[in-house]
Amino acid sequence: MRSRLMLWVPLALFAFFVGVAGYMLTQQKNQFVESAMIGEPLPEFALKPAFPGLPGAARTDLTGGKPRLLNIWASWCLPCISEAPQLEALQAQGVEIVGIAIRDRPEDVANFLARYGNPYSRIGADDISEVQLAIGSSGVPETFVIDASGMIRYQHIGDIREDDVPLLLAELEKAK
Amino acid sequence: MIAEIGLAALWLAAALAVLQMVSGGFALRSAAGEVNPLSIYARPAAVVQAFLAVLAFMMLLWAFAVSDLSIKLVANNSHSMKPFIYKLSGTWGNHEGSMLLWVGVLALSGGLLAAFERRLPERTMGATLAVQGFVALGFYAFLLLSSNPFERLPVPAIEGVGLNPLLQDIGLAIHPPTLYAGYVGLSVAFSLAMGALLTNQVNPAFARVMRPWVLGAWVLLTLGITAGSYWAYYELGWGGWWFWDPVENASLMPWLAATALMHSVAVLAARDALRTWTIMLGVLAFSMSMLGTFLVRSGVLTSVHAFAVDPERGAFILGLLGLYIGGAFTIFALRAGAVAEGKRFAVSSREGALVFNNVMLSAILAIVLLGTLYPLVTEAFDVRVSVGPPYFNPAAAIFAIPMFLVMAVGPLLRWKEDKPARLQFEVSLIAAVLISAIALVSFVGDIPFLPLLGLGLAAALAVAAVLPLRGRKLARVPVATWGMVLAHFGVAVSLFGMACEGAFTQERLAAVAPGGTEQVGDFSVTLQSVSPVAGPNWTAIEARMAVSRAGGEPVMLAPQARNFWSPAQATSESALLTRWDGQLYVVMGNQAEDGRWQIRVWWKPFVTFIWYGGILIALGGMLAVAGRVRVDVKRRAAVKMGDARRADLEALNPAPVPAE
Repeated sequence: MRSRLMLWVPLALFAFFVGVAGYMLTQQKNQFVESAMIGEPLPEFALKPAFPGLPGAARTDLTGGKPRLLNIWASWCLPCISEAPQLEALQAQGVEIVGIAIRDRPEDVANFLARYGNPYSRIGADDISEVQLAIGSSGVPETFVIDASGMIRYQHIGDIREDDVPLLLAELEKAK
Repeated sequence: MIAEIGLAALWLAAALAVLQMVSGGFALRSAAGEVNPLSIYARPAAVVQAFLAVLAFMMLLWAFAVSDLSIKLVANNSHSMKPFIYKLSGTWGNHEGSMLLWVGVLALSGGLLAAFERRLPERTMGATLAVQGFVALGFYAFLLLSSNPFERLPVPAIEGVGLNPLLQDIGLAIHPPTLYAGYVGLSVAFSLAMGALLTNQVNPAFARVMRPWVLGAWVLLTLGITAGSYWAYYELGWGGWWFWDPVENASLMPWLAATALMHSVAVLAARDALRTWTIMLGVLAFSMSMLGTFLVRSGVLTSVHAFAVDPERGAFILGLLGLYIGGAFTIFALRAGAVAEGKRFAVSSREGALVFNNVMLSAILAIVLLGTLYPLVTEAFDVRVSVGPPYFNPAAAIFAIPMFLVMAVGPLLRWKEDKPARLQFEVSLIAAVLISAIALVSFVGDIPFLPLLGLGLAAALAVAAVLPLRGRKLARVPVATWGMVLAHFGVAVSLFGMACEGAFTQERLAAVAPGGTEQVGDFSVTLQSVSPVAGPNWTAIEARMAVSRAGGEPVMLAPQARNFWSPAQATSESALLTRWDGQLYVVMGNQAEDGRWQIRVWWKPFVTFIWYGGILIALGGMLAVAGRVRVDVKRRAAVKMGDARRADLEALNPAPVPAE
């Protein structure tokens, strides 16, 4: 004989699942891969210019005098377009931004800068992501704060939104 | 305009889903045999809705074909330089597009049901269409409110981001559409089960209506899983064919439920038994499809199928899940008690064997479900675990082994009641094959227990599969029976491939300088050269290897390490050499410091039989559908002819005029 109570078992099991799944959905998951290089010195590198208009970038260009921003980007990356105005705003505040273009072509880089503005003092071409991997970046765009001694102080993952600008300025101040 | 037409079609389809639901619902308010005048809109609404949903999908396909970069989805997932076929398949290689495909298949299967199914009582049909419309409505809402595929960009992008390189493969063109058609085709079984339960029409006639839908969806699921497994095998470059990844499990669970359902619906159709069980499985199969969609789309589980992770969308689907699965289980709990118990049967009967295997299939389903959800549950208590093959393989085997044994004998048993003694010859033959195969193989070499048992079972099943044909006139065996024989034989073939892969695979990982030779099995692999090559949207390092078997004529193989530039990603393209008795699988790795190249070579004997078996199983299913539909059409034609003849006879011999 089947019991009437048995008929409710599937519903009870399912309700338990919905409860757990609902709880898990409300939990923040850390999607980002943080660099293990934060607090470590910037590795040695020297990259050729990404396009003829600006010089290339080497480790020595990021050290000495003041903290700088190191921006990992690419002309083929859509979020890089949306962070362009924020980079310009940072540059207007006197921040020096060194760019590293990942797997890019000179004509695309030139087009991108002509279209969305050029906040960079120099851009190195990283055609095989070697520098990107060496500093522990897993995607584009990412922005690092490098202090005067060449130490990696802070990592911003993803595009820079408007409310991230003061945050980055504060981090630059801290790195002085 | 394309996007606007698509979006308008989706809104209209959603409105028609409301009409279908309400109008179908009115059918429940009519007495048996009568037709409620308000219920006649459900069928046309379902048909037109199917047309509109398919139209919306076609519009998105068109937008991808012409790379309309003013549409956000196209800009994010396509690239003007991409080969045309991947532009098209890119339509469903993303969240929104694949959900549109999902909804399109849902509407299409509802439309087909409404257009062609005329056997069910109107009340049951109305209830079924109402449920189908209700389910569709939720997923339209999901698309329109949180995953609009037709969203425009404020400024058109100059170039698209491109499609994930792993997806730039012919596999993406075949695997998701087939799998989805199967996944969502099960919605018809779900709606029919609910319709029958609501109107208390759980009987053999209903089972005969449900059977071709279940079979059809099951065939597509089988093909989809087979294609997906082969795709993962050659594209991911890991050399494995099943990884027990949550998303793979998500496709396996509806298949297991559908396999059980297919067998239990056969019992209901033939013997009027297993009524509640069939309804439960009908609800369960599509619930597993929806659960799979939730797991894949919400990102609550970590998987190699890393799709866009969005908790908000996850919450939306979870809400839909709660509504549909929760609602169905509630109705089941309330109404299933009212379903009269079906006919009884002895333990040793064909029904008995089918029930046993149904329970085993359900147990495997529970094992897979538990293993898939376990990390989710423990993570809620802050313990991170990963459940893999060491759990799934033995746990599934515990139930699979007795299932295969009973499967060998089940089709030979008679319905209702049978004496095991009658099958003395068959059972001893199967046992003899099983034991001698195991003895023979363990004599050849020292192989692990499960693959050894697998080989024995495969041999026994292959023989047992054709035994139902013994002593019958082959020309008079029904088509559907041929289908069963073929499908069961396919299981044996597939099992043979799996066991061989597990038992006899040889692997070699080596660093080779150009000109060097490695030996794997009786193959010698010589690395001739390594050179850069370029494709339409990638560059690669390609190795050229001369492979010769036992000193024979060499064949060239060219595995690549590819770098795609839009989006940037490295993939490993394996090179395969297929022979009738297995595959040589070559992957190339990095260059070592000293200039030598890492290569990895597997010789996998009979590995291809895994997928041949899958295709045979699906073919068997197709034969069964064809056979059932043909018999059904014949029966209906005969009934019609009988009616016509009776009418003629009545016209010829008018009823005697009562004498004055």
